[in-house]
Parts: sequence; structure tokens; C-alpha cells
Amino acid sequence: MINISEAFETQNMIQHENLDVRTVTMGISLLDCADRDVDKTCENIRSKIKKLAGNLAKTADEISAEFGVPIVNKRISVTPIALVGASCCKSTDDFVKIAKALDGTAKELNINFMGGFSALVSKGMTTSDRLLMESLPDVLSSTENLCCSINVGTTKSGINMDAVRLMGRIVRKTAEKTKDIGSYGCAKLVVLCNAPDDNPFMAGAFHGVTEPDAVINVGVSGPGVVKAALEKVHGKSFQILCDTIKKTSFKITRVGQLVAQEAASRLNVPFGIIDLSLAPTPAVGDSVADIIHEMGIEYCGAPGTTAALALLNDQVKKGGVMASSYVGGLSGAFIPVSEDQGMIEAARAGALTIEKLEAMTCVCSVGLDMIAVPGDTSAATISGIIADEAAIGMINQKTTAVRIIPVIGHKAGEEYPYGGLMGTAHIMKVNSFKCDEFISRAGRIPAPIHSFKN
Amino acid sequence: MSRTIITAVGKDTPGIIASISTFLDTKEINILDISQTIVSGIFNMMMIVNTDSMSGTFDELTSDLKKIAENLGIDIRCQREDIFDMMHRI
Repeated sequence: MINISEAFETQNMIQHENLDVRTVTMGISLLDCADRDVDKTCENIRSKIKKLAGNLAKTADEISAEFGVPIVNKRISVTPIALVGASCCKSTDDFVKIAKALDGTAKELNINFMGGFSALVSKGMTTSDRLLMESLPDVLSSTENLCCSINVGTTKSGINMDAVRLMGRIVRKTAEKTKDIGSYGCAKLVVLCNAPDDNPFMAGAFHGVTEPDAVINVGVSGPGVVKAALEKVHGKSFQILCDTIKKTSFKITRVGQLVAQEAASRLNVPFGIIDLSLAPTPAVGDSVADIIHEMGIEYCGAPGTTAALALLNDQVKKGGVMASSYVGGLSGAFIPVSEDQGMIEAARAGALTIEKLEAMTCVCSVGLDMIAVPGDTSAATISGIIADEAAIGMINQKTTAVRIIPVIGHKAGEEYPYGGLMGTAHIMKVNSFKCDEFISRAGRIPAPIHSFKN
Repeated sequence: MSRTIITAVGKDTPGIIASISTFLDTKEINILDISQTIVSGIFNMMMIVNTDSMSGTFDELTSDLKKIAENLGIDIRCQREDIFDMMHRI
């Protein structure tokens, strides 16, 4: 039977250390919604999502109340829309129509974010993929809760540099179109390499074609809990440090597993995976950078940061896999700069640069996330940054991503307050030397030698 | 058996356990185990209860306990036992 100290340990994690379930995400296949007529496709999409996810928000709230653990976000991910819209979208306007249908449905169902306005173009772009990508500036400026993602590379097929070049321009156009709100459109757009099919986190969530009709994926969180646990072993050996992270990660993940099982059973949808991620928020005490600081690094970004992050990421996984048999998604520590109070402070102090963040992405779960750069950063430079991240993902057989915001009208060193989960962006300096000639080459970077495993 | 853990934390005053257990009786909730400590005047209590034949919904139980907590000037929470089991037992 549970004893009083165990009961209060759990409550302390929830009340004082920001333990929560970051997201319950329902993946929904929209492949059977495709029609030759775009309006009919939109109607099919709306009715299928409402049928499957009509009770998602309500059910998540009920589970949250019964178990006493906050479930911060209720989200939906759908089949990459470039596939669903292929038979009916003849123009970018048609894709905007589908985007608005998705956005409207999300609002109607009280869903925080809908993901899956996506195209998978690692080897080449179909007409539909290209149209969807070109529609992104209009989509991102005319919708609120829709997240878009483009997968431009995989270890198996290399990097599609034509798509990388196009995405540099799309990011810039999106920034221009949403300049009145700090180029916020770019915060809902991510360019990925090796994108997982079952990621519950935004902006990169989509419901892959390998998935069933519907599935429940859960993203756990809890950087504050890890930090609080590490405070108790301050200055101790690496062995104790690692054991402490593993034990904490186990506990956090078990809560996620419980919520996932309950949600799947109440919604009558199969359970997919738990994403073992330490996802920070701008709230004080909910920061991955603070964990690194607690390990003994003055500011996130100082020498030693990459090693500390590698250790953290690995121990989180080792503790988490014991707690759930089905682990997937991104699983690891996130380092979204504007969404993490410790990262914002490190960027302000000049300790954290884009180059250091790039090194950190080699050992953490995602990539250059929520990075604000000067508004005059060129499309080619943005493509260069995307290509670098995609190369890290391709060679290291891991997911990497770029969510970069050229904040139009703002310079390096300035700040832009997005508010809410998106936090405050400190605009970081970008290397001003050019890569235009490299980016203007047509074609793709071939898959690396270690991808030939058959 | 559907078990729920009720915890109470706050300044120690007479009648905390009496108020909670009287209320639980009206809801037909059986107390299975109870433990408490008082450290520097702060009262910490945990009750494990059986909610199988409880009258009313879990939501009502939570909000009723909240009202009792407000009257007593303490913090009372109730959560299904599964969350504690999952976290602390392999």
C-alpha cells in the first residue's frame, strides 16, 4: 500500500515542480477523406475528426481531474495533407481551404493545436507537395491553431536540397506575411529530417501512413521535477547524477503511461506511444537549461553544455524505457530557446549562440527550435541553416528540425514577447558569411554510406 | 476495488479528520487506511478510501472536499490511487 511520504512526493512534483502531462495527442488517418472535389474533402475531414475526437478534450479533462495531474494540451495530428489533398487540390488556394477546415475543426473541438499540414519530400516533391509548400505563407497567416511541417531529408534517402531551398524562401515569406505579430507564423512551421510518424509534439506532429486509423500518443514532461531531484544530489558523482535522472524519468513516464492507457480505453482508440521528452515552458522552474545549470554549468551554452545535455538525454531515455514498452516520437530533451526561461537568460547573457545550439542538437532530441534571428536574414542563409541541421540528422540517424523565426523589422540583441507557451524570443546573431551558391545547386544530397544496410 | 487517496495539508486544528470522515460517511465511502503526521504545527494526512459504492460522481467528491478544505483553511486533494501505484511500484 502507498505510504504517506510517497503520496506527498507525487503531490509535491505536481504542485511545486510543474509535473504535468504535456499533451494527449490523437492521431487520425484522413486517407479515406480524399475526394476529387475540395469542398467534399473538407467536409469528409471535418466529419471524421469530429467523430473520432469529439470527446478528446472532455475526456482528457476528466482524466486530469481524477488522477490530479494536469494535462496541458489536447491535440490532434492528421495524415500529411499533401497526400490527402493530392486528388483535389489544383492550386494553393485549395490547400488554404483544407487548412481553414482543419483550423476551424480544432477550434470547435477545443483542441489546442492541430498538426499534419505536412509534406514528406525527402527524395522529391510531387505536384501536390509543392503546392502545399507554396501555400504555407497564406495558410500560416490565415489560421491560428494549425501546425505545418515539411520533412526534407532522411538517412535512407538523403536530403532534398530543392525542398531545402524552397523552404528558406517559404520561411521568409511567412515571416513577411505575419510581420505585425512578430513573424509568428514561423513558430507554427518546422522543417524536419527523419521525422517520426508518431510524434505527439507540435509543430512537427503528423499521423504517418504506417499508423492505424486512429491512435493515442502521449507526451510527458517534467524538467522541473528532474531539476528538483538533482538539487538533492548537488556535487555528487556522475553515477549518482545518472541514477537520479533515471529514477525521476521512470516516475514521470509512468504517469504518462497511466494517462495514455486511460485515454485510449475511454476514447476506444488504440494506445500508440509515450514520447519521453523533457519539454520546457517559459514558467519559472520548468526549464531544461536550469537542469544543465544544476549539473554545474554556469549558463546553458558554456563549455560542457553538450556533454551535460548528452548525459541528460540518455538517462531520460534509460529511465523512461523501463516505464513504458512503447516509447516513440521524439523522446529526449527539447531545447526550444524562446520557450525555456533558462535558455532565454543564457541567450541574453551571450552564453548561447546558434553554433552552440547546433552542436547541442547532435545529442538532444530535436534541433534548432524556436530560434529568433534578425529580420534581414536571407532565404539562402535560412536554407543553409536548415541544410546543416538536416545533415546532422541524416548522418547521425536521428530526428533533427529547424523552427526559425526571422523577426521582420528587428535586429540581433532585441527581444520579441510572443507570450504564452511560445515565450520571449531573444533575437540571435546569425553568421553573416554567405552560402547562396551552395544552396542554389539543384538536386539532392545522396543518402550516406551507412544507410545501405540491406 | 476502486481506491482513491485523499490527502490533507495545513495548519493543525481540531476536527480535520472528523469533518472529512463524517462527509465520507454521507457519501458511502469506506476508509481503508489512514495515516498522519504533524511537523511544526503542520498537519499532513493521507487516507486510502474505497470509492466502489460511492454516491455521486468523482467530480462532486472533489468539489465537496474542496468546500470542506475552505471551511477548515487547509488543502485537501483526492486522486485515484493508480497514479501513486504507477509512480512508486514496479
